[in-house]
Amino acid sequence: MNRLDRTFSRLRRQKRKALIAYLTAGYPSPKEMDRTARLLEHAGVDVLEVGIPFSDPVADGPTIQYSSQKSLEKGTTLPRVLRWTRRFRKTSSLPVVFMSYLNPIHHYGYARFAKDAAKAGGDGLIVPDLVPEESRALRKLLAVHGLHLIHLVAPTSPPARQQRIARLTRGFLYAVSLTGVTGARKELPPQTMSYLRNLKRISPSPVAVGFGISTPAQIRRVAPCADGVIVGSALINKLRERKPVVPLLRSLRAALDRKSKKG
Amino acid sequence: MLPDRRGYFGPYGGRFVPETLLAPLVEVEEAFRRAQKDPSFRRELNDLLHRYAGRPTPLFFAKNLSRRLGGAKIFLKREDLCHTGSHKLNNTLGQCLLARRLGKKRVIAETGAGQHGVATATAGALMGLQCAVYMGSEDMARQALNVFRMRSLGTRVVPVNSGSRTLKDAINEAFRDWVATVNTTFYAMGSVVGPHPYPWMVREFQSVIGRETARQIREYQSGDPDALVACVGGGSNSMGLFAPFYEKRRVKFFGVEAGGKGLMTGRHAATLCAGTPGILHGAYTYVLQDKHGQIRPTHSISAGLDYPAVGPEHSFYRDSGRAEYVAATDSEAVEGFRLLNETEGITAALESAHAIGYLPRLLRGHRSLKSVVVCLSGRGDKDMAQLQDLLPSEGASR
Repeated sequence: MNRLDRTFSRLRRQKRKALIAYLTAGYPSPKEMDRTARLLEHAGVDVLEVGIPFSDPVADGPTIQYSSQKSLEKGTTLPRVLRWTRRFRKTSSLPVVFMSYLNPIHHYGYARFAKDAAKAGGDGLIVPDLVPEESRALRKLLAVHGLHLIHLVAPTSPPARQQRIARLTRGFLYAVSLTGVTGARKELPPQTMSYLRNLKRISPSPVAVGFGISTPAQIRRVAPCADGVIVGSALINKLRERKPVVPLLRSLRAALDRKSKKG
Repeated sequence: MLPDRRGYFGPYGGRFVPETLLAPLVEVEEAFRRAQKDPSFRRELNDLLHRYAGRPTPLFFAKNLSRRLGGAKIFLKREDLCHTGSHKLNNTLGQCLLARRLGKKRVIAETGAGQHGVATATAGALMGLQCAVYMGSEDMARQALNVFRMRSLGTRVVPVNSGSRTLKDAINEAFRDWVATVNTTFYAMGSVVGPHPYPWMVREFQSVIGRETARQIREYQSGDPDALVACVGGGSNSMGLFAPFYEKRRVKFFGVEAGGKGLMTGRHAATLCAGTPGILHGAYTYVLQDKHGQIRPTHSISAGLDYPAVGPEHSFYRDSGRAEYVAATDSEAVEGFRLLNETEGITAALESAHAIGYLPRLLRGHRSLKSVVVCLSGRGDKDMAQLQDLLPSEGASR
């Protein structure tokens, strides 16, 4: 059984929500990224999302653009990310989901990526510039090796389409919280909650919400309407400021746990 | 005729975009399909093309240039005489009309040389749309005149400082803007690139170039031209010229890419000559990339051709052999610029000068060509400051 599925069913039994942490591979440096990744589990993280940097990340705001560019300058490549994952997997059972734009994966080869990513101990893949219409070949090849292709759904997706994506996704449904790019926001739009509640109703898979989420207050608002939250830019900002990530993660974890008991 | 319903030209094209943009792209596609069948839309557009943009643009027989290059008849399709100084307005008039039909109050665009930016700013001003244009800060420096023109037209020019600070990054930023503003905003892409329906829609709006050419050549000769030549960055002026001749297999197509300092140096933007298939800006098409699938930096003397991808339909033309793609270097382009000035008194944009600069080589290598149409996609006023630095003594040379 895929580690992601195992984690989500354990969390469901425990009536808890998933905290999914995004790190850009190789940022701020390969060593510091490795050290940060190893702190996550104890800080209450359930899933690690590892960003494979790309030169032209159109779905990302300034924070992840910056970390991607710095990581590329430090020589991060897809094969290096897979090698790191393999080492990480030797000491951790945390589910690992890769995040990559399509071109690096396409260039590496879909079949080869599926095989190597599974061998390295990966569990899933998020491709922000791949919509379901174009995803069939990759999804099949990933499935052969037990990897999940995690689809994104957006507030602009029409209702019938939301339903289709929810049925197609594996592992979890990545609910984009707002109409925009990634990056910490002070406020989430008010319609986010009803949008999430609807997704949760129609989705056979757990629903994890990402984009713009950076504070415990935001988590307390969205947590009752979702099965997990994804935090990315807020962590990258901490790393960029050379501040520890664990206190932030603990506070997010606490916010997540508090609300889910009530909700 | 291609593309198919999913926006594919053979294996190329498609829609590789964030989910947020899928519904807006479908909205644009459907609006365009409806507009194409709507006589009132076509009437309105044709009227603007005629009375506002000044179409049809002339097809000029360049007698002196023809003589200089050995005798084949060279015709220039004078898109430089189109209002705003390039072919770009053909497309922005169409897209801004669509934006208005969709009830969008705001239009955004990317620009390299500034020609598409100026054309969008112009159409936006005409139709009362608020307008923002993304432009790499590197390009803003080398095309300062066009920046001023856009601002004079009431457009906000947004400098892009990420990546290589050129056209590629301007498109990234325009996409990011659109992802956040889809409800109010129409993205007017400037070339036959990007996700479906843009490569198709922009081709359709630009095909007026080739349709007029097919008609106008009959004023000079009884048959079609032997060859069509145009510069290719994203590929909109070339596709506009080529597409109406697609079925006429006897007419050869030559697309001239930016060879920069030479293909061997790696400092160029000749995507179809030296690239491989990949995914950038929403389409599966040829791109310039490194061995890990990262997009490579490009170089060209001309901001409008300085782009690491190309329209997917060109990728299809390349693989099927329908068109031949070649590269002209920076210095060949400057030579072409000088040649056309000297022989015909026409000042070409540096982009179009690539097509002119390639002509001597084309005609040496293809002696059977008797008549050739070159798309003179834009005029060169915008490039004067840049060329003044390159050719300091030019004014005194004669």
